Amino acid sequence: MSRDSSVSSDPGPFVNGLWKQNPVLVQVLGMCPVLAVSNTAVNALAMGLATGSVLILSGATVSLIRHWVPAEARIVTFIMVIATFVTCVDYLVQSISIDLHRSLGAFLPLIVVNCLVLGRAEAFASQQPLLRSVADAAGMGCGFVIALLGLGMVRELVGSGQLFGYDLLGEGFQGWTVMLLPPGGFFTLAGWLVLFRWWGRRGGGPSGADRSRSKGASTTDG
Amino acid sequence: MDDVINPEPLWSVFINASLVNNFVFAYFLGICPFLGVSGNVKSAGRMGLAVAFVMLVATVCGFAIQRVLVLIDAPYLNLISLIAVIASTVQLIEIFVKKTSPSLFRALGIYLPLMTTNCAILGVVLFQSGRGYGFLQAIAFGLGAGTGFLLALLLIAGLRERLDLVDPPDVVRGTALTLVLAGILSLCFMGFSGIGGGP
Repeated sequence: MSRDSSVSSDPGPFVNGLWKQNPVLVQVLGMCPVLAVSNTAVNALAMGLATGSVLILSGATVSLIRHWVPAEARIVTFIMVIATFVTCVDYLVQSISIDLHRSLGAFLPLIVVNCLVLGRAEAFASQQPLLRSVADAAGMGCGFVIALLGLGMVRELVGSGQLFGYDLLGEGFQGWTVMLLPPGGFFTLAGWLVLFRWWGRRGGGPSGADRSRSKGASTTDG
Repeated sequence: MDDVINPEPLWSVFINASLVNNFVFAYFLGICPFLGVSGNVKSAGRMGLAVAFVMLVATVCGFAIQRVLVLIDAPYLNLISLIAVIASTVQLIEIFVKKTSPSLFRALGIYLPLMTTNCAILGVVLFQSGRGYGFLQAIAFGLGAGTGFLLALLLIAGLRERLDLVDPPDVVRGTALTLVLAGILSLCFMGFSGIGGGP
């Protein structure tokens, strides 16, 4: 949806998704899982990987069937494709680790309504050949993982003094419990957004941190 | 989905869903419309009402679907059929609103069809099945979640209207500032924990 801004210097769909149009930090898409399961780095990583694989699989499928889907029924078709893959990933995670499945809870099936997945299927995969779609989905997936990890690591480190379950800050550290609770998610994400916008203003970082915000947040739901 | 009946009383289910575990502030569901439509109180209220209504309908339908799927032993169809029901409910509401009130239809704009992918709605259905609520409890849960969502939207919209009058630094304007506001509201809502005796 925001590809128009980078036509002249298109760095390829993968890098585009990974950095320039980072789904969370630049486009502000798919907020719910980002905030909800980023209280530890492990959860964040697992959620990112699950969403990433759904992105890639659904991107590939949508790209393959794009010539046969009538325009009126396309959103419904895409949602059905996504729901199928989410069900698969849900069972996959359950078979890998039941604890992980429990800690992600309802947010795993909620990938279906992650606006990032549907947004990429609609805006990119339904118009592009297979390889480009997969590259775009992989880039977006990696960008999503990076953003989730960024949030999860900050929240776990500040909240409990640990990282991936290992103590880093020693015994004397008093964790800020609030960072593990819901408000911490809001504050951390706000912090990252401010940091990235400030960086964008200085000429570095992903471009258009403020420009694409209104586009991303106001055209997609969930 | 198991047959264990949750003994929680109805009022407690309602309070829990609307205040203690508010969908926006505790579960982070429906953040996108929350950030997108909360510009002014009027449209926020209408959007909240529409979402609350879809939540109620979706809870009832979802409850029935899950029972049927358990009967025919096909729980893997759960997600697909739920999303299909939500999509068609939203479609029906869209037709209904278009016929009865074109002005409301225009005011809601793109957010009406996009309710299909509102995670708060699917979330209500998934949560109620996870907790093993009975039928009446499920309705109370759907109502409570809808009320909570409406409340959250109205609160943040009111705050943002005030925010237009102040002059924050340029880098925090927009989403970041709204998120900080939401964080503070979320802190306030944590004060409700303990009411109703729920988790």
